[in-house]
Amino acid sequence: MPDLLLELFSEEIPARMQAKAAEDLRRMVTDRLVAEGLVYEAARAFATPRRLALTVHGIPARQSDLKEERKGPRVGGPDAAVQGFLKATGLASLDDAKIQRDPKKGDFYIALIEKPGRATLDVLADILPMIIRTFPWPKQMRWGERSAKSSALTWVRPLHSIVATFGIETEDPEVVAFDIAGITTGQTTRGHRFLAPEAFDVRRFADYESKLLDAKVVLDAQRRRDIILADAKTLAQAQGFDLVEDQVLLDEVAGLVEWPVVLMGAFDESFLTIPGEVIRATIRNNQKCFVVSDPTTGGLTNKFILTANIEASDGGAAIIAGNERVIRARLSDAKFFYETDLKTKLEDRLPKFDKIIFHEKLGTQKERIARIERLAAEIAPLVGADVEKTKRAARLAKADLLTEVVGEFPELQGLMGKYYALAQGEDGSVAAASEEHYKPQGPADRVPTDPTSIAVALADKLDTLVGFWAIDEKPTGSKDPFALRRAALGVIRLVIENGLRIRLVNVISDAMALLSENPKIRSTDHAIEIPASLLAFFADRLKGQLREQGARHDLVDAVFAQTPAPNLRSDSLRTGEGEAAVAAPTQDDLLMIVRRVEALGKFLDTEDGKTLRAGVKRASNILAIEEKKDKRLYDGAPDAALFRLDEEKALAAAIARLQPEATAAVAKEDFAGAMTAMAKLRPAVDAFFDKVKVNDDDAAVRENRLKLLNEIRAATRAVADFSKIQD
Amino acid sequence: MDSLPPHMRPERSFQGLILTLQRFWADQGCVILQPYDMEVGAGTFHPATTLRALGPKPWKAAYVQPSRRPKDGRYGENPNRLQHYYQFQVILKPSPPDLQDLYLRSLGAIGVDTALHDVRFVEDDWESPTLGAWGLGWECWCDGMEVSQFTYFQQVAGVECAPVAGELTYGLERLAMYVQGVDRVYDLNFNGREGAEKVTYGDVFLQAEQEYSRHNFEHSDADMLFKQFAMAENACKKYLDAGWRGDKREAHLMALPAYDQCIKASHVFNLLDARGVISVTERQSYIGRVRDLAKACGEAWLKTEAGGAGAASPSPLGQGEAVRGKTT
Repeated sequence: MPDLLLELFSEEIPARMQAKAAEDLRRMVTDRLVAEGLVYEAARAFATPRRLALTVHGIPARQSDLKEERKGPRVGGPDAAVQGFLKATGLASLDDAKIQRDPKKGDFYIALIEKPGRATLDVLADILPMIIRTFPWPKQMRWGERSAKSSALTWVRPLHSIVATFGIETEDPEVVAFDIAGITTGQTTRGHRFLAPEAFDVRRFADYESKLLDAKVVLDAQRRRDIILADAKTLAQAQGFDLVEDQVLLDEVAGLVEWPVVLMGAFDESFLTIPGEVIRATIRNNQKCFVVSDPTTGGLTNKFILTANIEASDGGAAIIAGNERVIRARLSDAKFFYETDLKTKLEDRLPKFDKIIFHEKLGTQKERIARIERLAAEIAPLVGADVEKTKRAARLAKADLLTEVVGEFPELQGLMGKYYALAQGEDGSVAAASEEHYKPQGPADRVPTDPTSIAVALADKLDTLVGFWAIDEKPTGSKDPFALRRAALGVIRLVIENGLRIRLVNVISDAMALLSENPKIRSTDHAIEIPASLLAFFADRLKGQLREQGARHDLVDAVFAQTPAPNLRSDSLRTGEGEAAVAAPTQDDLLMIVRRVEALGKFLDTEDGKTLRAGVKRASNILAIEEKKDKRLYDGAPDAALFRLDEEKALAAAIARLQPEATAAVAKEDFAGAMTAMAKLRPAVDAFFDKVKVNDDDAAVRENRLKLLNEIRAATRAVADFSKIQD
Repeated sequence: MDSLPPHMRPERSFQGLILTLQRFWADQGCVILQPYDMEVGAGTFHPATTLRALGPKPWKAAYVQPSRRPKDGRYGENPNRLQHYYQFQVILKPSPPDLQDLYLRSLGAIGVDTALHDVRFVEDDWESPTLGAWGLGWECWCDGMEVSQFTYFQQVAGVECAPVAGELTYGLERLAMYVQGVDRVYDLNFNGREGAEKVTYGDVFLQAEQEYSRHNFEHSDADMLFKQFAMAENACKKYLDAGWRGDKREAHLMALPAYDQCIKASHVFNLLDARGVISVTERQSYIGRVRDLAKACGEAWLKTEAGGAGAASPSPLGQGEAVRGKTT
């Protein structure tokens, strides 16, 4: 079966857009083919800086013919219906229609429509221009004379030529003929811009790819990446060094060249006094070059690796010299910035934060840093951190935002703060907090373990969350401009991975109190709902987090449903540990939630767990049905005098014995112990359901039995709401 | 190039580089303009680019533009950064299909051999918030150094470019440092002579960099500048209002003088910014005010002859008014 070759040849496509563009092209063309009834065997797409290419293998040469019967009006029906039928089906007159006999409803007309399949070549000539016109580039432009009209084609950069061929392997293919934006499709393309600029003809993918290679174009980005990585490693290792691998940079560099030529340059060793991260950021961000490390010291060497796009006539000497000069100038700047920064103490930078707005409704950075410092001091004792160190760390943690190096390389925020703090003789934990309080930034990021860093990190994130909640800028749908989901997940991981016991409600109310001291910050009228709403947000993130780690979401729900939602009375929030909060613990102790989910999961894996769950669920279901039917709750204590059967008595006795045991275990946070206690209920529950008919004819007995069922439910709720657990 | 005397060769002489580029683009049919006689932040501000990029009429021009970036002053101590430097600007409307080739040939003309040097087009989307302008294009790299910006204008002064113009901006000092093999801008050979006759870039500009850095950062009269900004802003609006012919706004007679005031406001803003007297929040509002002027000027320009007005829809009523205008 025939193959399609498509190449869209343009001026340089931004590196970051190439991979997605290739995939979009493949998807759009193949989807369209399938929609046209043309099922293909395989498709691959490619991108270089100057071309998008697609090969689709094994497309039928024609669409199959389509036969369709269409039902028309009844014989003798109104003329309007008949005319409409003829028009819709394209029949000349009713003589061309068939009559279908139907003795019940009456005879009616049938049109037999035969739609012959079209040649794939023609179908392609229709769909390809449409795909080009609607191609989803993230940014596109108009160009040239045609751009005077608003109907001009837009593309990522000016499009110059299109190869579109279709045919079987053994014959010369045909050109899929169409015109777009003044370009007529053909078979001609070009090689490397400098090394092989001449035009040449191609027929199909196999000769296209190999002729391009002869013309110094490596079509496949993966192959370009492989070449760059292998050559870069070889160059580094030849001198006894290691390449500092960088996947993102590798992807980008592979999108900047059609013919990768890897070269090594050097810079003056005196620049190695600058922190390695600054050297790397300078060389990577500005020059798109790799840095090289010395395995004996673990630090960087004064070498860098560049990827040129040409095989230069002098073997690359001029290219290396040119790049070395630029890197020297860049590193001079970086060194100057770094040394300038070292001259100012971090605390001396703080007054400037008074002029910097954090968010127009949340005041200045200076105010925010002051809040974080006080909140971190409140958190410090809860996480075992030294209060004074924590305050110092919080005060300095953001000071590096005003340094020259961070101004130049924002991604080095925090890290530079650490360097500068150490340089001015700060305590190690205080310095580390500058870098670590931003962590964890994502699921792959490390969670700090130093108590000082933990306290500042929690304060930073909770101030952010409470602040944006206060001004009603919560994330909605996919929109989360202030990365609040990430902040909440950060809090969760900080607490759980460090095994911290923190009542979030208390910390949230502390943060709210600090925020409300600032008269300029006007929170919305719903301040009272903030803690509950934030806790629900944490709960959602925690559920997601546990699910991602493989916990069953129903177990998470069961644990969350086990206790009531946080009490919303403002007085209990203000005082933190109000009476109501003690009586009905809210789900704000993240670590305990996780422990319960773990214990519950283990318990349910045992035979006792499974059977007990089935029993509890049965009890809950019966109760739910009867309570609904009777429109009342059966929540009182059962009357021992009304027990008729031994199994009832045994169950009541078992519950009476085990409930305190389970409750005591839960109070000690021994969830496994609580589960073990609960497991002892199982024989009594099994026996009860085996022998006892709940809906007894005697209403009093029935009511008493339902109350006994409720006791089962209540007893197990100490650990989780078993009715939420799925089979 | 072989016929050039040694002191005119682009790899030996800063002025030789400029003259070579001018000749190259003159050969492509450009009018070679002289710098605009006002302080601007970039060659793009020259009305030959900003305003001529608008409207349907073809336009090809090239010129050197001294550009002032008050904030970039370094008291003459930084080897690369200057508060006053030269851009070589080329504008071609509509953008020709072989613009990249023309650009590469111009590099060849000044001695950049693409068999020896790694020339690359690296994504760089251009945007000027003060001009209400954006375009797509690249930074052009030569062996890792950005030597030019290459932009297909999509919008200028808030107006869609139809047709699109191609803009090339060469950073002349950088390019000269590259072809002369010099690491410090002040060491550039300006006139291509040697020995006692040699004049360097430092001889010409070092003192100016020192003096203007002092001025820009420490002594510029902020009170006066704030007033000047307001005056330029008001004058621009006044000239724009006065320039409309008739009530229907079908033709404008003073787009260029109004635009001068927009340029002035922009430069005064840059001076105030360098002086550190504009807060972060105010900054946005100043940029917005200049942009509003630029947009209004662009709108007026489209109603002038060079902006293409009248070509598409000649208005007899308008002509009558013009005659009346002359008699009064």
